[in-house]
Amino acid sequence: MFNYYLRLAWISILRHWGLSLLMISAIGLGIGAAMTTITVNYLMSANPIPHKSEQLYYVQLDSWDVNDPFDEGINPPDQLTYTDSTNLMKAKKAFRQNVQAQAYGVIEPEDADLLPISVSARANSADFFAMFDVPFIYGTAWSQQSDISKEQVMVLSKKINDQIFGGENSVGKTIKFDGNIFKIIGVIDHWQPKPRFYDITTGAFNESEDVFVPFSLIAEEKIRRSGNTNCWKPSGDGMAAFLAGECIWIQFWVELRSEQEKQDYMTFLNAYVEEQKQYGRFQRPMDNRLSNVMQWLEKQEVVADDARMMMTMSFMFLIVCLLNTVGLLLAKFLGKAPEIGLRQALGASKATLFSQYMIESACIGFAGGLLGLALSFLGLIGIENLYGEYMQGLATLDTTMMVLAITLALLCTVLAGLYPTWRACNISPAQQLKSQ
Amino acid sequence: MLETGLIIRALMRNKIGALLIALQIALTLTIIVNAIFMIQDRQSQMLRSSGIDEENTFYLTNTIFKQDYNIQTGLQTDLNTLRKTPGVIDAIQINAIPLSGGGWSSGVQTEAGEDKDSIGAAVYMVDDHAINTLGLELIAGENFSETDIQWRKSGQSTWPDKVIISKALALSLFPDDWNSALGKTIYISQNQTIQIIGILKQLQAPWNGWDGVERSMLVPFQMESKGSRLFIRTEPGKRDELMPLIEKTLAENDKGRIIRSLRTMEETRERSYQQHNATNKILSTVVITLTIITGLGIVGLAIFSINRRTKQIGTRRALGATRWQIMRYFMIENIIISSVGILIGCMGAVALNMWLVKTFELAPINIELILFGVVTLFIVGQLAVLYPARKASMISPATATRSV
Repeated sequence: MFNYYLRLAWISILRHWGLSLLMISAIGLGIGAAMTTITVNYLMSANPIPHKSEQLYYVQLDSWDVNDPFDEGINPPDQLTYTDSTNLMKAKKAFRQNVQAQAYGVIEPEDADLLPISVSARANSADFFAMFDVPFIYGTAWSQQSDISKEQVMVLSKKINDQIFGGENSVGKTIKFDGNIFKIIGVIDHWQPKPRFYDITTGAFNESEDVFVPFSLIAEEKIRRSGNTNCWKPSGDGMAAFLAGECIWIQFWVELRSEQEKQDYMTFLNAYVEEQKQYGRFQRPMDNRLSNVMQWLEKQEVVADDARMMMTMSFMFLIVCLLNTVGLLLAKFLGKAPEIGLRQALGASKATLFSQYMIESACIGFAGGLLGLALSFLGLIGIENLYGEYMQGLATLDTTMMVLAITLALLCTVLAGLYPTWRACNISPAQQLKSQ
Repeated sequence: MLETGLIIRALMRNKIGALLIALQIALTLTIIVNAIFMIQDRQSQMLRSSGIDEENTFYLTNTIFKQDYNIQTGLQTDLNTLRKTPGVIDAIQINAIPLSGGGWSSGVQTEAGEDKDSIGAAVYMVDDHAINTLGLELIAGENFSETDIQWRKSGQSTWPDKVIISKALALSLFPDDWNSALGKTIYISQNQTIQIIGILKQLQAPWNGWDGVERSMLVPFQMESKGSRLFIRTEPGKRDELMPLIEKTLAENDKGRIIRSLRTMEETRERSYQQHNATNKILSTVVITLTIITGLGIVGLAIFSINRRTKQIGTRRALGATRWQIMRYFMIENIIISSVGILIGCMGAVALNMWLVKTFELAPINIELILFGVVTLFIVGQLAVLYPARKASMISPATATRSV
């Protein structure tokens, strides 16, 4: 029976090919627009580290100006001061802890004829690699001891290792970075979390860094830091004064394995701030926060307003397309009133008629879904071209999204077909036959 | 018109069909009005001038990596080389680039003290060649003199004693009269004094989305830092040929640093507004496609309703109705349906705008735009129904006498 209905649907679609084409393109466009924006939103709000996103916490403390609170007092500052981050680091109260900042520098090749390379760097502590599951090809991360004794060690990204050492195992070799000699201790594989959750203060979808170096070398002035720096109180001259000042420029992450550990850490943070208050710091009311990865991304509004707004628009667009389809299906099915009347008179039950017309709607929906899928491919390519770097890697369809596209299209057209089908099944046969 | 009542009664017999088109028109109006509004909002932001001569300027990054490099001599040599290059109008060292998205800001205030209100402004650290290099217009006061320029050590917290500010910053500091800012002493870093010696017509901050984007100041500093930018203005039309030449000359003159990231101001503007541009293109596509889909929907439904009414139309023609009267019937029918849709759409447009204002902090919509949307959709409706209505008017009166 199903095959027969499929054939009937095919005949009917062909007979009114103009109308069918209009319906299929309307659904295709609607689905295409919706899927394009859903995909962008889905990838923007993706969990970059699913298996442990609930164990990694970003630390915020309110060290800001009592007269002029950060973010009007709604949220504590988004980064920490050097004083606080080093104190928390020394206390070592979490299972793992990572202090980090953005940095940069120049690698000078040994061969004087080659041009020096300007690289982006992350200054972080030893736990960074284990906390964020950074994959290594060669060597390992440096040890906590290296952080303390301020060893000049470096972990290279795959890209830089390929560029300088042609992809060979470079562990044990040295590299001249900003005039200082660093020992290569490890090389990581390609690693690009999207969003780049571990530091979203300089852009949530930026590339991960070229090289990784110990954070403790910043204070030694062996590493040049960059990234956002925000001070509420003028600090004195020189590096030492800057480090001691009330400037925020550091991100601090902790790994806490259970709710208990989280509570303990919170108690510790509160006690820490209480202690600092005695030195005249932290004059604002206590507002310490621990946010896990997804909470942190949400709080920092990683999904761009533009993307959310477009998704709203595209859903409304889809609704217009569906209203269009309902109207056209209604017209089409009611136009078949004489045929329906005849079939009913010949003994077709409402259920048979119902399934026949639903199948016809579903066929149109399926075709529309396929068209929509093709259009969303084009749409995503378009978005990637239009937005450039900002959308790199955010505009790809995966299987989940493809299945969702077809399902959405089928669901929408079946829903759109319900009312017209119901109307068609309730045509009184007597009246139709009479007028013939 | 007598017909109107008749048409409404006929429409009531097929309420759902008419209502579907009306709803479609309503949603279309809601979306296109808001989309056009967002496009206009972005367009006006993109049209703002940065205040500098964008056509003939470019900049590059100078990263020093050699140990024991004499930064002061290096910079003087670079600037001398650049300023002497034929085709170059002038060149400076600068700490941040307008529109680039990265830069420095500092609070300035008219009263000293930690607890006094301060106003944020972008800081450009430059020398006395800045006004000429950037192509700025000084509308009051004077430029820095050579002796005003100080060397700034990395991490230094003190400021020079003179500043040139943008008119917008002058207005924020002295709301009554921007001109009165000239010669005044203001405070930077809460309590250091700094005197306003000049006012610029316009100079934008590096952040185009910031609400204080027009507030900026020039500070007479040359930076003794290992990473800095050189900003160059060329004679009209010479920029593109000079760029690779200058890159090569600078790199070969001095091998203790890297010259990289050459970029024109025009490219910076393009990158700065890339997202705006992209969003606008997408929104325009949405507006156009949506209007077409709605139009086609009207065509499709009109054709169907005409096909179903062939016999009635034939009868009317046989009873003496003219072709024009038949056409008029469908056109009025469309106006009635459109009116209902547009009425709902106007409310929808305002409601969606209110939501957008609340969620995305957009500005409220203006009435002209809604009127524009209303007129457009009426026209689209009439155009869409034109073909089916003409087809209807061609139905011969003889049809009435034929059976199906």
